[in-house]
Amino acid sequence: MKVAYWPGCVSRGFTPELHGSMAKVAPLLDIELVELDRACCTGAGVIAEHNQELADTLNARTFALAQQVDGAAMMMNICSTCQGAQSECQERLDANSEYRAHVNDTLAGEGLSYEKGLTNKNFLWLLVEEIGLERLRSLVRRPLTNLKVGPFYGCYIVRPRERLGIDSERPRDRYLEQVIETLGGSVIEYAGMRKCCGFPIITMNKQASLKQAGRHLGDAIDADADCLVTPCPLCHLNLDLQQPTASKVVGRQLGMPVLHLPQLVGLALGLDPKELGLTRHVVRPTAVIDWSSSVVAAAA
Amino acid sequence: MPEAHDRPPETFTLRLRRFDPDSGEAPYWDEHTVQLEPHRSVLEAVLQAKDRDDGSIGIRCSCRQAICGSCGVRVNGEPALACHTHLDAARAGARDGVIEIEPMGNMPVIKDLIVDMDAVHWKKIQRVTPWLLPKQPVPEREYIVSKESMVDVTQTMACIQCGACVSDCLAMEVDPGFVGPAALAKAYRFVGDPRDEERFERLNDLAQDPQGLFDCTHCFKCVQACPKDVNPMGQIMRLRRIATADHHIVDRNNGERHEAAFASLVKDNGLLWEAELLPRSYGGNSWFGKLAPAAGRELLASLPTAIKGLVRGKMGPLSAIKPPHRLAREDLKAVQAIYDKVESRPERYELNLYVVGEDEAPQAEPAGAAAGGAEGSAER
Repeated sequence: MKVAYWPGCVSRGFTPELHGSMAKVAPLLDIELVELDRACCTGAGVIAEHNQELADTLNARTFALAQQVDGAAMMMNICSTCQGAQSECQERLDANSEYRAHVNDTLAGEGLSYEKGLTNKNFLWLLVEEIGLERLRSLVRRPLTNLKVGPFYGCYIVRPRERLGIDSERPRDRYLEQVIETLGGSVIEYAGMRKCCGFPIITMNKQASLKQAGRHLGDAIDADADCLVTPCPLCHLNLDLQQPTASKVVGRQLGMPVLHLPQLVGLALGLDPKELGLTRHVVRPTAVIDWSSSVVAAAA
Repeated sequence: MPEAHDRPPETFTLRLRRFDPDSGEAPYWDEHTVQLEPHRSVLEAVLQAKDRDDGSIGIRCSCRQAICGSCGVRVNGEPALACHTHLDAARAGARDGVIEIEPMGNMPVIKDLIVDMDAVHWKKIQRVTPWLLPKQPVPEREYIVSKESMVDVTQTMACIQCGACVSDCLAMEVDPGFVGPAALAKAYRFVGDPRDEERFERLNDLAQDPQGLFDCTHCFKCVQACPKDVNPMGQIMRLRRIATADHHIVDRNNGERHEAAFASLVKDNGLLWEAELLPRSYGGNSWFGKLAPAAGRELLASLPTAIKGLVRGKMGPLSAIKPPHRLAREDLKAVQAIYDKVESRPERYELNLYVVGEDEAPQAEPAGAAAGGAEGSAER
């Protein structure tokens, strides 16, 4: 399936292994990625906090660019925060035609216009709803047997439920568990799995920010997880890049590897851990790599 | 299938979190079965268990119709009014068919399901001067204000002080001194009121408080928790916009600088330049921001993290000097034209769906897919 692909900024900045691993995984799932390389940052909620119309207009431009991609079934992102920020802008644009016309007037100079009706799905949603768990299961080459994985969603992709289309028919706040099980892993439930990583206040209140990250990592360790998996690169920054500092803030040893969602999928689909950028993490996912290379070695 | 209220009584099992701090015993779980029609409330079920099984079960309640805000609890881990949660829905949401009922979080338990609202919630509400400080001179008759501005503040006036948002606040979980969602929503009620005299003072007070306006971690928990659609986080974001964009309040918590730096880095590059965001948030929104003492201290403290990132190839050594990615010239010009047009408006143009409503019913396909179209107006 062909999608208009919005990778976000952080996946091409501080977590390049996310963008890289998505590019490796997509062909295995028959996803054709048409990168929206003309689109700008979603604002991650911060530009909306600064000026709502500005954020709505910048995102309407991205939506309009996505609608111009020939033959694309929908737009896809790989960042919980992008999903949340875009869904919020889209809610306003779609709710009110006069406002949409007002925003489109600003885009007119570039010959662009957003038409209500764009479908924008995070890779996680696309995986479950478009590719389907059965098909995903059939593609698994290296099941995650005995791997205990804790899901970490990121706030923007689980709340508010109505805006994000989460209900009993589409339990999008349960999809990570479904994917982990489909790939052959064991789900580890722990207190922090749908809580905040703390990243949004890292520059405002570093202690409170890293206390959040540190607590969730500690909870996952106590629940006996081998690693976490997240669809959000901003959560990844606080949970992985900042983990040594978070460890000091909460006063306990951590050392919990955190994988990006495409990396976990890629491992199960048989890709090489190094190719998926697993060596680029601050907390090296040694448990995962040892496990997968030994399975690869056994298979060879 | 008969209507919910016609269905005969069924058996429901409740698992209650019991705790009496005076007893010296640890909290424990306590199961009770009740017989009630499925459309009855969780509150009625708890009261039946109290009436028939154990009179010592503690729960606070009064109106039983979602108006007084007394019976806030957690049902299956989620904040809710016990009187406003149907038994069949609660059972459907239960992990193992047993409805789990606990006291609210972030507040000390007085007994069983009763928490000390006074120790936390009401103290925070008092913190924001929750009354009108009238503009002088007070008119002889009434203040004349626009209808929209009053409709706008009714959203926060809808708060019934149940504490559900406080219970679920993730910032408060790690920083109990945070003013919190209910109190900040209440603050908006007066900041947004055109009759109030001290808009700037209120905003400045909350912006300068290290546990105030900029301590919210943007987790949407309060938005989800509120049974009255007060949208506390949305009100907090509006307070921030008014404080920074309209009143140019530069706070001690890097809130204004972070926002300004983020917006201008995206304007300059189209994409975020992460390595530059941190120094500018601390030192000021320009390339020279990193030379400010506050930024220097923070950069020094962040050095081990940055080195680790460099070693692991998460960032290139040049990323501190030039942006790692930038849009093509034509696209950057288009993005900058949007900034120029929107930011040059004499007043911020802000769509408030609570005031104007949706002009068309959204279809079942959410977070993206199509729906119909109709009319409506926008300006607040």
